Amino acid sequence: MDVWISIILSICAASTPLLLAATGELVVERSGVLNLGVEGMMIMGAVAGFATAQVTGNPYLGALVAMGAGALFSLLFAFLTLTLVANQVATGLALTILGIGLSGMIGEGFVGRPGIRMEALDIPILTDLPIIGKLIFGQDLIFYISIALVFGVYWFLFKTRAGLTLRSVGDNHTSAHALGINVIKVRYLAVLFGGACAGLAGAHLSLVYVPQWVEGMTAGRGWIALALVVFASWRPGRVLVGAYLFGTVTIGQFHAQAIGIAIPAQFLTSLPYIATIVVLVLIARNRRMTMLNTPASLGQSFVPDR
Amino acid sequence: MKKTLFALAASAAVMLSAGAAQADGHAKTKACFIYIGPTGDFGWTYQHDEGRKAVEAEFGDKVETAFLENVPESAEAQRPIEAFARSGCNIIFTTSFNYMDPTNKAAAKHPDVKFEHATGYKREHPNVSTYSSKFYQGRYVQGQIAAKMSKTGVAGYIASFPIPEVVRGINSFILGAQSVNPDFKLKVVWVSTWFDPPKEADAAKALIDQGVDILTQHTDSTAAMQVAAERGIKAFGQASDMIKFGPKTQLTAIIDDWAPYYKERVKAVIDGTWKQQDVWHGMDHGSVAMAPYTNMPDDVAAMAKKTEESIRDGSFEPFTGPVTKQDGTVWLKDGEKADIGTMLGMNFYVKGVDDKLPK
Repeated sequence: MDVWISIILSICAASTPLLLAATGELVVERSGVLNLGVEGMMIMGAVAGFATAQVTGNPYLGALVAMGAGALFSLLFAFLTLTLVANQVATGLALTILGIGLSGMIGEGFVGRPGIRMEALDIPILTDLPIIGKLIFGQDLIFYISIALVFGVYWFLFKTRAGLTLRSVGDNHTSAHALGINVIKVRYLAVLFGGACAGLAGAHLSLVYVPQWVEGMTAGRGWIALALVVFASWRPGRVLVGAYLFGTVTIGQFHAQAIGIAIPAQFLTSLPYIATIVVLVLIARNRRMTMLNTPASLGQSFVPDR
Repeated sequence: MKKTLFALAASAAVMLSAGAAQADGHAKTKACFIYIGPTGDFGWTYQHDEGRKAVEAEFGDKVETAFLENVPESAEAQRPIEAFARSGCNIIFTTSFNYMDPTNKAAAKHPDVKFEHATGYKREHPNVSTYSSKFYQGRYVQGQIAAKMSKTGVAGYIASFPIPEVVRGINSFILGAQSVNPDFKLKVVWVSTWFDPPKEADAAKALIDQGVDILTQHTDSTAAMQVAAERGIKAFGQASDMIKFGPKTQLTAIIDDWAPYYKERVKAVIDGTWKQQDVWHGMDHGSVAMAPYTNMPDDVAAMAKKTEESIRDGSFEPFTGPVTKQDGTVWLKDGEKADIGTMLGMNFYVKGVDDKLPK
């Protein structure tokens, strides 16, 4: 039994950063902005969180600063694409490259230092409960935030007026503008939110997952988060499913290898990506559903006419 | 995209430094290094850069060094290598396997510059040398320690890619372990990357959950060491001393020490005695060293030291018969030593590895 609990905990750890970053990006894309800089914002969060925890000794402060760093970095993207109307795809790619380089420079003095781990929750009695104790009451704070975030985002997007406004901006920015909605402001806020989420995802990597800082430690997770948003056809619940599916396959294939199941290792390591592609294909078959959920103004720049 | 930009930035950086080098009229010997990763990876590239620093410390004013990080392992590498050659470098060390062809091409165009390619085998021009280290010697020592320290009798091995270099390490490890406990088992997990800390951590967790209580790795980050520390098992560091990441966890680490070789070769250039060669040094030259033996009883440390010493003085070699392959056929008869060709192209497991080798 302990083995299974341990496996499930590994899956949670592997899925949490993907879930956080993908949920943030989902809100951004719902507002009609395509920010390909997730990887860059994530790694900025990772370095900022790690550095803060090292200097102050407080990993929670580190997570907070990581969110700030992610948001601040996304502000650069927002300014370029929303105010200066630069191409979103190119700017997003540039943001990723800049983030990887800049984080390496900022983090140079922190390489090779063991990090400070954000400890898992330990509530007397509750955490010691058999089976569910460790799963429900014994994980790190960021895990709980990630789960709460998905439900929070769902509630916001589909149950509140502000959420409706955000979706309308994403679906048809001209009409939204005509109705008196400040399109640029809504998009700024969405991009900042996405940046903060990516920053927190980075903090999870450098404070919980592997408490250390090394250049390039996000190793492409930002791109997977981006794929998950499409995979989920812009629905928060499906992001949750997608992130955990990816996490499960990632962890599961290592166990399959360790048990010695006679499947080529190369195939097993590519399984998470194959699973993503298969689901993408299945989703794409249902055109109506895809059309219904895709923000119609996604990736299009908006210039308010006076 | 990313890689192109890196290469562009890299060439630009070289152009800038080129002017400076020519200004002093080649009075100094210039040694240049091409790296696959960042110098702060705390593994492979970090150790090469330590070698570069040792060259600076040894020769002081007589040398000048330069390096480029994150140079991709593709045809892109051609430009920075040639830019180095044009900028007045007298000797250029290219420190990853797939720099092989770009290095040889650059060597053809710049016959006056000496080229040193790590872990490769092509020497198409008289100004190209190749060099590598027998890291597997350290693996044997680790295997012996693992067999002594393990309670479950199973160790876990986080492996990168099924190339001979990695397979050699796995085989050497299990041979060492079996010399202590003939029934010792080894579980191998392939992660298909040299460097991805979270993935390496996942693999470590999976192996521990499957019952291994000793971890070793052929990947570049310290993530597995941290997981081992968290779970309270023992582990071996890789390429560099990782004791800081597991003060109560690391048993020892294989340290790649390139400094002796780099100093020797730069000195040869200064003295004008540089000649083409192909070297595969091991513990005997100090290019493979072991970190202090920690977190183990004295008798285990003594055994490890004795083995290390016997490998260093040449009285013992890990790949000595009798050795049986995984499929049950005899590879080496009693007392027979492995020939260099089989060693360099090793593509099979020996008995006791609980894994199927990916092809």
